[in-house]
Parts: sequence; structure tokens; C-alpha cells
Amino acid sequence: MTATKSDAMPDAPAVELGDLKVGFGKIRVVDGVDLTLERGQAMALIGESGSGKSVTLRAILRLFPEGRSRITGTLKVAGRDVLALSKRELADFRGRTVSMIFQEPLLAFDPVYTVGRQITEAIQRHEKVSASEARKRALALFERVRIPSPERRLDNYPHEMSGGMRQRAMIALALACRPQVLLADEPTTALDATVQIQILLLLRELQRDLGLSIILVTHDLGAAVEVADRISVMYAGHVVETGSAHQVVLDPHHPYTIGLLRSRAEGAMDKGARLQTIPGSPPDLANRPPGCPFAPRCFLAAERCRQEMPPVAEIAPGHRVACWRTEEAAAAFRAGESAREAVPA
Amino acid sequence: MNAPVLTPSIDPRDRGGPAQPLLSVSGLVKHFPVRKGLGGQKQVVRAVDGVDFETLKGETLGIVGESGCGKSTTAKLLMGLIERDSGEMLFDGEAVGSRALPWRAYRRQVQMVFQDSYASLNPRMTVEASIAFGPKVNGVPGRQAVERARGLLARVGLEPKRFAGRYPHELSGGQRQRVNIARALALEPRLVLLDEAVSALDKSVEAQVLNLLLDLKAEFGLTYIFISHDLNVVRFISDRVMVMYLGRVSEIGPSDAVLAEPAHPYTGALLHSMPSLDPDNRTQVALLAGDPPNPIDPPPGCRFNPRCKLAAPVCTQVEPPLDPVAPAHRAACLARQPGSGHPEAPAALAAA
Repeated sequence: MTATKSDAMPDAPAVELGDLKVGFGKIRVVDGVDLTLERGQAMALIGESGSGKSVTLRAILRLFPEGRSRITGTLKVAGRDVLALSKRELADFRGRTVSMIFQEPLLAFDPVYTVGRQITEAIQRHEKVSASEARKRALALFERVRIPSPERRLDNYPHEMSGGMRQRAMIALALACRPQVLLADEPTTALDATVQIQILLLLRELQRDLGLSIILVTHDLGAAVEVADRISVMYAGHVVETGSAHQVVLDPHHPYTIGLLRSRAEGAMDKGARLQTIPGSPPDLANRPPGCPFAPRCFLAAERCRQEMPPVAEIAPGHRVACWRTEEAAAAFRAGESAREAVPA
Repeated sequence: MNAPVLTPSIDPRDRGGPAQPLLSVSGLVKHFPVRKGLGGQKQVVRAVDGVDFETLKGETLGIVGESGCGKSTTAKLLMGLIERDSGEMLFDGEAVGSRALPWRAYRRQVQMVFQDSYASLNPRMTVEASIAFGPKVNGVPGRQAVERARGLLARVGLEPKRFAGRYPHELSGGQRQRVNIARALALEPRLVLLDEAVSALDKSVEAQVLNLLLDLKAEFGLTYIFISHDLNVVRFISDRVMVMYLGRVSEIGPSDAVLAEPAHPYTGALLHSMPSLDPDNRTQVALLAGDPPNPIDPPPGCRFNPRCKLAAPVCTQVEPPLDPVAPAHRAACLARQPGSGHPEAPAALAAA
């Protein structure tokens, strides 16, 4: 059973989250997330710290200790219900169907084994292959992620590699068992700009060549645009806007997305011109205000926003926004853009 | 826009007038000895290897570069947190560490804000006590120091009534960084070093802190040295930019010129590496392969030559000097310097 996948439904979306809620103690960090990732698609989850983006990602692998976390809702990967998996099935599922790369590869690797050994171990855990066969595959993976002199590098310990190379090795490890879905949690945040772009391009290439489905969690809009077909913006445990990269970046309809786009330093054309900021700070998740969680910081907030949770509206096919005042928001964004263009450079 | 902001020099500490650089550094060198393994051979990390630059009064000088390029070591050397191996530092015309300007007097005028807002505050002191600490040590009476701390807290946007008595762990990252900025300003410095001061913050908070830095600079007539790996932030805040590579300056000049028409191929590659924000126009190729090299064994000649697309044989032999390519814009690249022997160098006549 080398390459057979235990797919219940081959046509099911790669990842399907329905009203997903994740809570720790009294705090609900993810508060009803609906997302669908089609096969072969790359999606970026963006948001600030505490928005629940990493928790959503980790919930897909059920990485949180059972006793201290509560996950409810639907969580399906390739048609399989992840929440119903037994311990044993979960162990087979991790790495085989879905695998993950982390922000800090130095912490994710075991420091006392060589990188090659960790990759062959993963392969042999999931598949019945000989040690030499596993090593051959590890070598092929290293070539795939373009690690220079791969043969020698397989025998390196993690600390002997540079940051960019470690992240490549991490990707090789994640791909070791030919998963269908790759989850990437801020994979380039700790890297230099010149290395970051290489890793982002590598992810895009893997998506294209291997038909991989990718979820990329990042706080950097730029990184999201480089990799993702679709972007979902999270705020306080909710997805506030989701759509194609095009729709979200060029035609945003949620005031928070607009705020994120505006607060970027490259948005300010003139030096000394002040950056537009989002006032205030994210809400305390233990005491959520009623209504829209973004209302206290929103430039468009009306009475209704503070009392009633906005429904998710479909603005265009595939472009969904949770806001009462999407039209006003989009108009404000367009007005801002044309005002900016009118300013002589 | 390239000229430094001319604040009328009412500062009684100003000696040389607005034309004299606030800080000028020449030949700054710092090497760290390392030993590879037990009983291994001794090697030297050339963290900062001959850096010259000037910071003009009232300007913001941005320093960019990848990890290992020496930008943080430079900041620590400027602050005197580590001792330099050699090199000269003149602060408003006086040699730092000389009898006329001892380190203690210099440090009162130069303050620093670090990247890790939590690690740089004493966890057992309230933020008010942390801010008042510096002035107290420097002879400001206790009550006055506390008053100053409260005034600064209000100035950085933290209401003293709510925040003065808090401990660092009771604040968010953005609030802590505001406290660090207030503490840096408590001694009324003239120069503030910001070492990746906004890098750990969320984008929306980063924008708030950048705005605050702009306001404070105008209000207190400050000069900033702003170190960051984020070119967009540096472009936004800096008047001039200095690009470092492997312990040396590769390019320095007005930020509009350096970041719009980079003269050094490394600056070009850095700019090209910034993710695009246009889904229709995504980056197709990475200009640089591999990681920044190790500063233990920098390559001979131009340090960038192994990764440079313009590299010619001469680049492995001659270390390029930091020469002007335009007024106030200097670059250390042989391909831009007439008579350097590089095949793409401009003709000597054109430059003369």
C-alpha cells in the first residue's frame, strides 16, 4: 500500500471547516469559522496576533491536548471527519494526509538526530519500505526543495544548517509521506527578506507541481499575495472576509481588511505623511463585546454593529464578508484609492 | 525632501551648528573570536569590518541588511554596549570617550530602543519606575523624575492614571514598546537608536508606533538611527538609508535615490525580494539564491561577488571603496566606479 490513500471521497474539498469553534478554558479563541479549501488550492489566513489563525490551523491536525481544549463543529480533510478519528488513526493521518511546517524549524526538528534520519523515520513510520529506499526518497526530497549538496546535507544536524536551509529541510520532512494538504504556520517570518521570497516561490512551485493544497498562516499581506489563490482575513476568532487574492486585496469590503491594507508603510506615498492606523487594540477574548467584534475600532461602526453580529454576505461569487456595511466600506476604500492616485507623485 | 529637517538649533548642547554631523563614525571595526568545537581552531567573526558613515542633525538614518550583516552590532557599538576594536566616533565634533565627552556624558544624549519590548524592561519595576530610573540615576530629584515619567507616558499615548502603576507583563506588545520609547526619551537624548523597534509588532500597531516616532521626532528635535530589515518601513521613515552587507556599508544615500534607483546590485536584489502586493503581478524569480554567507570567512574582494549578477573577475580581487555615484549617494560597487577595471564600469570621462 505504497501510494494508496484512504480517501472516503476523492472529490471532497481538501479541507472543510464548518462553524469550527476552539476553546481553551473559558476563552473561545476560534469562534465559528467556515472555510473551504479546494484541492490544489493555496489559501492564506491572515490576521494579527490573537486573531485565532494559528489555532485554526493547529486544530486541523488536532494538535491541542484533549483535556484542555474543546473543538466543536465540522472539521473534514479530504472528506474524512478529523474529529472522529481515534488516537491510532490520528497518528496515521498526521504527516500522511496533512502535514505542517512551523515558523521556527530549529525548534521543530529534534536536535539530537540528523535531518536525514528524521525524514527516513517519518517515511518508515507510514510506509513499509527499506531503510535504503527511505534514504533514497529523502535524498530526492532534498533535491526537490533545492538544498545544495543534498547527499552531504542529509547527514547534518539541524544546528549545522542556516535558517533558510532548515526551512527547506522542514518542507522536505513535511512532504516525506506525500501528503495532500500542507499547513504552513508563519513559515517565513523568521527569515531574511531575500530568503523569504525563495521559500514563498518554493511553496508555490510545490503547489503547482505536486497538486498540493496549502494553507498558509501569516500576518504579512505581501507573503499571502505571493503564495495564495484565496485569502481569508481573521479577526477575534472570526473570518471577516474571504475571497480570491484579487478580491480581498484590490476590492476589500470589510473595514478591518481595509485598515490592514492602509496601515502598511508602503501605502504612504509621502514621507512624513502619517500612516493610517486602526485605532485601539484587539478585543479581550474573555469578554467579547456584543455585536461585531471589530465595531469598537471600526471607522464605519453604527449602532447596529455594536448590538448584532453581522451575517456573512456574499458580495461576489466566492467573496464573502461579515459586515453590516460592506457597501460603505468598499466605497470608502475606492475613494481612498482614487484620492491617493490624484496626489502628484 | 532629501535635506535634513532644519530645526532651529535652540538646543544649548548643540556645538557645531546644523551643518556639523551629529554623529560621524569612521573605520568602525568589531571582530568576535570564536572557536569551532572543542579544541577547534580559532576563527574570527568579522561582524563589523570597517564602517564609515555620518548621521546629520535632525535626520533619520535607516540601516538595512540581512541577518549577519552587522547592523545590530553597529548599534551596540554606537551605544557603547560592546567595546569597539578600532575606529573613531565623533559626537557633534567631540570624540566619544575623550576627556571632553566621556562615555557617561555621551550616553545621556544617546538612547536606544530594542526589538524585544518585554526583555528590555525590568519585570519587577512598574513602568513609571522604569522610566523615572534613568533621570534619577543622573541626578534628577525623585519627585521630578516621576513627574517627567508621567508626562512622557501621556505623550506616548498611555494615560498615566491607568498605566503608570502597571508591570510590563500587564501591557500588550505595542504598549510596552511605547514604554520603551518613553524611557529612551526620559533623559532628553539628542540621538535615539531604534534597533528593529517595530519589527515584533502587528502591522496595525506598527503603524501606530511609527506615527508616534514621527511626532516625537518633530516635537523633541530628535535624530534617529532606525535599524530594520523591512525596506517598506525604512523607506517610510528615513531621510537617508544605509545598506549593509557582511559587516560593510554597500550603499548609502538619500532614501528616495537608494530605494528607487539602487546603485548597488545587492540593494536591487533586496528590493526585488519584497513580496509584491499585486495578485496579478507576483514575483516570478528570486534574484538571490541561498542564504546570506557567514561573516567568519567573507569572500575576497567585494563581499557580495559570489551572489552578484554583475560579478567580474576584478570583483574577487579588489575590495570596492565606498565612492560617490551621485551627490550624497555613495556605493561600494566596482561596476559603478570609473576606472575600476570592471567591464561595466562607466567611462571616466562621463563621471568627471
